[in-house]
Amino acid sequence: MAHSVSVKIPKLNKTIEVPTGLFINNEFVPSVDSQERIETVNPATEEVICSIVAASEKDIDIAVAAARQAFKTTWGKNVTGWERARLLNKLADLIERDAQELAELEALNNGKPVKMARDFDIGDSVQCLRYYAGWADKITGQSIEVDNKSKLAFTRHDPIGVCGQIIPWNYPINMWAWKVAPALAVGCTIVMKPSELTPLTALKLSELAKEAGFPPGVINTVPSLGPVGGAALASHHDVDKVAFTGSTVTGRKIMEAAAKSNLKKVSLELGGKSPHLVFESADLEQAASWAALGICYNSGQDCTAGSRVYVQDTVYDKFTSILVDRVKALVVGDGLEEATGAGPVVSKGQYDRVWGYIDSGKAEGAHVLVGGEKRQSKGYYVDPTVFTNITSDMKIVKEEIFGPVLSVGVFKTEEEAIALANDTTYGLGAGLHSNDANQCMRVSSALEAGTVWVNQYNILNNNVPFGGKKQSGIGRELGSYALEEYTSVKAIHWNFGDKLDWPLY
Amino acid sequence: MPSTFAYEWNTPTYKGKTSFNTGLFINGQFVDGSNNTTIEVVNPTTGKVITSVSEGVEKDIDIAVEAAQKAFDTVWGLNASGSVRSELLWKLSTVMEEHHDELSAIEALDNGKTFGWAQSTDVAFATKVIKYFAGWADKISGQTIETDERKLTYTRHEPIGVVGQIIPWNFPLLMLSWKIGPALATGNTIVLKPSEFTPLTAIKMCELINKAGFPPGVVNIVTGYGHTVGAAISSHMKIDKVAFTGSTLVGRKIMEAAAKSNLKNVTLELGGKSPNIIFNDADMEKAVDWTTHGIFWNHGQACCAGSRIFVQAGIYDEFLKRFTEKAKAIKVGDPFGAGVDQGPQVSQIQYDRIMGYIESGKTEGATCHTGGSRVGTEGYFIEPTIFTNVKPDMKIVQEEIFGPVGVVIKFEDEADVLRQANDTTYGLAAAVFSQDINRALSTAHKLQAGTAWVNCANQLHANVPFGGFKQSGIGRELGEYALHNYTNVKAVHVNLGHTL
Repeated sequence: MAHSVSVKIPKLNKTIEVPTGLFINNEFVPSVDSQERIETVNPATEEVICSIVAASEKDIDIAVAAARQAFKTTWGKNVTGWERARLLNKLADLIERDAQELAELEALNNGKPVKMARDFDIGDSVQCLRYYAGWADKITGQSIEVDNKSKLAFTRHDPIGVCGQIIPWNYPINMWAWKVAPALAVGCTIVMKPSELTPLTALKLSELAKEAGFPPGVINTVPSLGPVGGAALASHHDVDKVAFTGSTVTGRKIMEAAAKSNLKKVSLELGGKSPHLVFESADLEQAASWAALGICYNSGQDCTAGSRVYVQDTVYDKFTSILVDRVKALVVGDGLEEATGAGPVVSKGQYDRVWGYIDSGKAEGAHVLVGGEKRQSKGYYVDPTVFTNITSDMKIVKEEIFGPVLSVGVFKTEEEAIALANDTTYGLGAGLHSNDANQCMRVSSALEAGTVWVNQYNILNNNVPFGGKKQSGIGRELGSYALEEYTSVKAIHWNFGDKLDWPLY
Repeated sequence: MPSTFAYEWNTPTYKGKTSFNTGLFINGQFVDGSNNTTIEVVNPTTGKVITSVSEGVEKDIDIAVEAAQKAFDTVWGLNASGSVRSELLWKLSTVMEEHHDELSAIEALDNGKTFGWAQSTDVAFATKVIKYFAGWADKISGQTIETDERKLTYTRHEPIGVVGQIIPWNFPLLMLSWKIGPALATGNTIVLKPSEFTPLTAIKMCELINKAGFPPGVVNIVTGYGHTVGAAISSHMKIDKVAFTGSTLVGRKIMEAAAKSNLKNVTLELGGKSPNIIFNDADMEKAVDWTTHGIFWNHGQACCAGSRIFVQAGIYDEFLKRFTEKAKAIKVGDPFGAGVDQGPQVSQIQYDRIMGYIESGKTEGATCHTGGSRVGTEGYFIEPTIFTNVKPDMKIVQEEIFGPVGVVIKFEDEADVLRQANDTTYGLAAAVFSQDINRALSTAHKLQAGTAWVNCANQLHANVPFGGFKQSGIGRELGEYALHNYTNVKAVHVNLGHTL
């Protein structure tokens, strides 16, 4: 039974075949007990793209069983690091081959510009897969000296087992790669629940996983509603680890479910309200560019979005005027159009949410410097909006908006800047702009964030770890650190010379 | 103008052709040597010359070093990120895969190993090693170290610069991969001298290195003699590190030259006289198989060959009988022939050397239990040979023969065999066969060797370190450990608040 649909993209004069079933054991299948479908929408036009099968709790059970079977027989300790490396590299090759089509599908479903999806999202994803392919044959434990006459002690870094992975809608392909690559590199099997808003590229990538040669059951893809699939994975007794990227609200639920079920391992990459600090010695032109990137990139739908900027009073006026120019230079439009630098926000739900915050900003007395006006045409557009005259207790300053809405504040001293920056329950990213090296060191040391950018913002590298402090998360992705999230350490004490006298006394 | 080597095979195991430039490879170009001389390449199967390749001399090393330094300062070293280096090494491995059989055939022709072994082991392993080190290139990290809050202290693992690499003739392509893999992954540029006996796969690789897209000057390959090019590399004032694989005798010269010139960093992978210990409770059949592989693999031309075979008294007769059967069953013949296990030794010099040891064994009173003679009348073929009734001070027991000649020694007890096994200036590898894991581990731990095999022999993996104790070498190749040979650690202390 065919489980795919032809998605027409009139704007590009193209058709893309999209699988619509659940991907379990290398096959696309219908739900075993549910008729539920998920409708995917193009946020630029508000039109339905297609509908796909929505997994039920029973489907999740089947997917987990498939992953477990693969882990016991064809994956886990049954496959060498070399083979895992080979397959990951092959998958990277295939994604590279199909980059244009994947980028177009991503743009259609998520709204981001095609060229950004292709060059950044997919480019980074391919590199991420290759980076972790390079780790697959380098998983080492330690041999530890205990007593040379009688014991050999060593550690094994074993794969944890079946991993439930729940990814968000802001960077569907890139978040897929960040989760899939390290888990597979160390030998885990996966049940992946992509976001119900943007499941299409995950399904296409599943086709490539099969083509690359991964054995059935190693990767399973089960789009479903969060409260169904996400909850099922977090509370499943046969899932050994859950990795989640998304909102802090949902992150708490995942951790609670893990605690109440089988105490599965949990890693969370959650929200942020990341601050920029612009000191008087900063190159203001550059700082303004980075600040604009920080809030406008991906239409502000980024966990590390630099959504608060605090500027030293001596350069406040100059900086904000440059910032306004930068923000106004961005072309916001349909992702399928060549000139677009940023697309609409992903859905009606997000659209309403972000506009709700903009309204609250106005209501609570902040001043709109740029933006703040709804478009009259179709599409979930939010033009970049900058608020000034903010106070710390305003909702727009405290809560994560997840759209292109920036709050700009002012400070006098370094101490004040640090205090303002750290005054949040979040701790994901932070940026500081200064040409005083000692200040850079002091401030980067003081900022309570998992990633601190000095004279930069939002640029990540696959080999540098990423994650949150405080309520922004638990655990790290990227770099060698991600491997720890998917390995379970076993210590082996091998006695070859000790005899036991019993009873002891 | 350097000549082109063209060859065509029409053999039971391989049909195909090759054609490549045989010049020195400097700055991405193929050039004549400064003296316009050549070195003859002999096919050890026939003893006849098959081609000549350009000969490099001391002046050519100067030119190569200059090219390598320039590349290091501009397009390589700290100018090429780890991910760029990773990508290029990965590309090289895929290009090698495209030329897999061709490389295998060239290797078998030049070295004498069988096409089957070259194809299944040498070229496959070499490709794997390049892939393995490609994966390390973007993972070179130092540490941040806590000192105090008024300071930032961290280490950088920087490339050394221009490194000299001198490789042997026993596994030409494989040894090349062990050397260039980690050196390139960590950002160094290279001046490499292949063995004058087996330069062909190294020279072919130059074409592949260009095809993969490495910038000119990153890898330079200069064929020449040890006493000219090898000496020039080890004493060069602008080469900051030399890595050598070969005999202990030459290793000493390299280290001496390094000491006398610019105190360049030295790593050496030298000879061995590795013991293979078989206890009474060993799985006999498997022990015999591994022992055979241990000494006769690559015609005995392996630094880690298990050439002293210690068999416990209780199983001695049965073991010797079965081991002899295996040795006799080895089919010696043309490397491209069907069903051939062992080809010729690599050269006339090696042939004479090995036959000299066999003679000395007989003269000193050992029993030549099987083998001991030449095979055929053309080429450098020697029968798989086993000596028994040996005494510890015999040359065949003390010295590295580097041929298909094993000595079998009976032993009574564990303490005695350990003493005998460790009674050598070498310390490259060792093997233990026993089904009692306690005894096997305890023995393995007491053997003075850089690699201890338990119930196996001659097994190597790209990610497991390899190197010698004692006079078998300095430093480790393969695995993460190899990276240390090619990095310079710099500690950076950034003062943020200390005042004097």
